[in-house]
Amino acid sequence: MTCSIVTDCFEPLEQVIRFQKGSGFNKGQIGASAVFVGTMRDFNDGIEVESMFLEHYPDMAEKVLNEIRKEAIKRWHLNEVLIIHRVGRIFPGEAIVLVATWSGHRAHAFESCRHMMEILKSRAPFWKKERSKEGERWVSKNTEGKTDL
Amino acid sequence: MQIKVRFFASLAEIVDCRETDLSVEGDHTVLSIWKVAAGGVAIPDGTLCAVNRLHCEFDRPILNNDEVAFFPPMTGG
Repeated sequence: MTCSIVTDCFEPLEQVIRFQKGSGFNKGQIGASAVFVGTMRDFNDGIEVESMFLEHYPDMAEKVLNEIRKEAIKRWHLNEVLIIHRVGRIFPGEAIVLVATWSGHRAHAFESCRHMMEILKSRAPFWKKERSKEGERWVSKNTEGKTDL
Repeated sequence: MQIKVRFFASLAEIVDCRETDLSVEGDHTVLSIWKVAAGGVAIPDGTLCAVNRLHCEFDRPILNNDEVAFFPPMTGG
């Protein structure tokens, strides 16, 4: 079970496959997996976005991702969790975040994946600054998500 | 006591500071540290804080060698 913050562009589904091939991954115990991938759009709030910079609070961001993972493991029956979050300069179409869960049962995989993603957006210290033809602007808040799972 | 204060994202631009080491006397909370460190800038609505990389409230007491951080609402993911 791992959480990581990366500065380079990553292919989320390749990361999922690589993780599943890793030592210690017990396929025989897995009945369901859920994968969420957040990617950068080329528009937001009525403007075309050329790129964005994702700032983070080093150490605290990693700590919070691990807290989110541990809380999910306590609440749901999970065999594996993988969280990857990108930072730095990002371009449209590139992955921002990957949250993947593996469980014996689909409800645990689905619900924990959704829950971790929503909590991450409100608790993990990352901030987006968009760049467009008009200049740069900070994204002021994330859209509301469902957190009552 | 000695403390480190950090500002992130839009707050770092507003107060024109990303990180500073402060020496302060007496009892302090996160809120009073803002007043010392932010150069007279009022706290923007929605500002969040952390001490030693843990989310906290603005009335949290500050201890020697604490790292106090201020940041806007998170927008990751």
